Amino acid sequence: MGHVRPTDEQFFRTMIRLRHVEKALSDLSASGQLRGSLHLCEGQEACPAGACAALEKEDYLTATYRGHGYVLAKGTSLDKLIAEVLGRSTGLCKGKGGKMHLFDQEFGVLGTNGIVGAGVGTACGAALASKLDGTNRVAMTVFGDGANNQGHLMECWNMAVLYKLPVIFFCENNLYSEMTPLSRSHGNINLSERARGFGLHTESVNGNDPHAVFEVVSKTADRARQGQGPTFIEAMTYRTTGHYQADSGTAYRTKEEVEDWRSRSPILLLKQRIGAIAEEIEAEELAIVQASVTKALSEPTPNPNQAMTEVFA
Amino acid sequence: MAATTDAPVALKKNYLTALKEALDEEMQRNSLMLCQGEDIGRLGGAFGVTDGLQAKYGEDRVVDMPISEAAIVGSAVGMALNGMTVMAEMQFIDFISCGFDQIVNMMATYHYRTAGEVNIPVVVRGPAGAYGGGALYHSQMNEAWFCNSPGLKVVCPSTPYDAKGMLKAALRDGNPVIFYEIKELYRKREIEEELPTEDYIVPLGKAAVRREGTDVTLVSYGQNVYHCLDAATELEKQGISAEVIDLRSLVPLDEETIFNSIAKTSRVIVVNEAPMTCGFAGEVVARITTKAFHLLDAPPSRVTRMDTPVPWVKPLELHVLPSVDKIVNEAVRLVKF
Repeated sequence: MGHVRPTDEQFFRTMIRLRHVEKALSDLSASGQLRGSLHLCEGQEACPAGACAALEKEDYLTATYRGHGYVLAKGTSLDKLIAEVLGRSTGLCKGKGGKMHLFDQEFGVLGTNGIVGAGVGTACGAALASKLDGTNRVAMTVFGDGANNQGHLMECWNMAVLYKLPVIFFCENNLYSEMTPLSRSHGNINLSERARGFGLHTESVNGNDPHAVFEVVSKTADRARQGQGPTFIEAMTYRTTGHYQADSGTAYRTKEEVEDWRSRSPILLLKQRIGAIAEEIEAEELAIVQASVTKALSEPTPNPNQAMTEVFA
Repeated sequence: MAATTDAPVALKKNYLTALKEALDEEMQRNSLMLCQGEDIGRLGGAFGVTDGLQAKYGEDRVVDMPISEAAIVGSAVGMALNGMTVMAEMQFIDFISCGFDQIVNMMATYHYRTAGEVNIPVVVRGPAGAYGGGALYHSQMNEAWFCNSPGLKVVCPSTPYDAKGMLKAALRDGNPVIFYEIKELYRKREIEEELPTEDYIVPLGKAAVRREGTDVTLVSYGQNVYHCLDAATELEKQGISAEVIDLRSLVPLDEETIFNSIAKTSRVIVVNEAPMTCGFAGEVVARITTKAFHLLDAPPSRVTRMDTPVPWVKPLELHVLPSVDKIVNEAVRLVKF
């Protein structure tokens, strides 16, 4: 199969839109218009931008509570996503899922999840079904470094290797499992080595370079489609905000460390590379995001009696 | 009409065969159905419920899985999202706790969290129950955990007819169903019965009155139904008429059948082999108390497992479980109340 690799400008557009979305949600959270936890992916935008550009619309995706970037990059409507996050009845899940539990069957988005590592089994099941029905779809499941310590993942790795499932285990290694560095939470911080112990094919990539991420996901998706089985991708990246809105992100990291990564953030690097057009794209995307937020805020919240519907089919 | 000598001899079937037939017929009927579990394929399952299915339907549709309950039930959700119906076997229902998160947080909630966009037709089934010396981790009835997780249906048949009809209904239901099979009933000769040759289902959510009576209602499910029936026989000798209700389905619960019975008897005992505290018997009693209080002449009562783990050695195991004697004694006490 194989897609044409997006240009710098196209990647910049995807990533800056995501940044604007996060800025808008962050402001709404601060002003009390957005309830609950908000897990931003600032600094990690190259991972969703690069990875999803390498997938087909029909390919499956599961991701983390920090997964809205993947959902957008996969093709989901910005309006529906914003409406869901703001709890509107026009949202992807009519407000029942919320920011951490997005779902969009049209684009193969089988769910982002509020439990670390929870969507990995879902992706393996989708991959198994794809193998059986011959549609040749690939399932990509995104999780963080912390999820590597969840037993469910290890069960799924073994199953995926055993049955040569067309699944991509995409690990965003941002060096901190929530608020704890890998050195204090992982007996062996070499995550690829651990995955290889299960017989997985592994790839390591600079997760802050969307082109590199695109290339490695393209390659492993082809590999999966050709029946060569699963791959574990370790994408090295860094979250330049806290784990969630109430975390400053500097209690367990030095300000210098965060600033150093921020100065090398993938958006900044691309912006420098594409020059003057960056500001034009930035302004266009800002207007799109603002319009989407304004639209969502004008839409109705669900009627309370909706709470009792759809418990059972 | 008397049978003639050359009429076909009707074959009585046991509970396990009934389950096997249900799986076979549903696999035949639904090409998008798949079975997965530990040792279910080549071996045919630890108890033989899936015996012969892999030979008939192939390794792709009857999948031997690693000993990984979370992956078994977690991947079942992913398959369901892709339009498949999945039967996931727990080798013993006790082991379901290893897949607990994927069941209560994922399987149970997907229909809801997607605002009804997707269904999760998954049946998680496995052998359950005590009285056989299975000890702590091969004896439990842990149904209350799942009754407390909205989005899951929870059922427990007690007869071969129901085992087959309810498993077929569960596989067609469109919701995730936790299906408790009673392993002590799998090959119990006394309950073998003829099964219809034509396709049938037993709808989920309907209780059955197994014996009619007027003095006290015994509400139960699973193998305790038989303890209740034996107790009713014993009570009859003492001049007490007991009605026995087999709930069959816990979620959804057939309240109407329970209340109709209490309207006659005004006394009720709920019998189950799960521990008492926060067990399903407590839920039944709570519903009776809040919705049918006016029908009662005595406080509703429970005969359940004691609040202990299931001990291994027989005198201890039987001591903590419901028994015919315990039910009889409690019924006599209630009637005298």
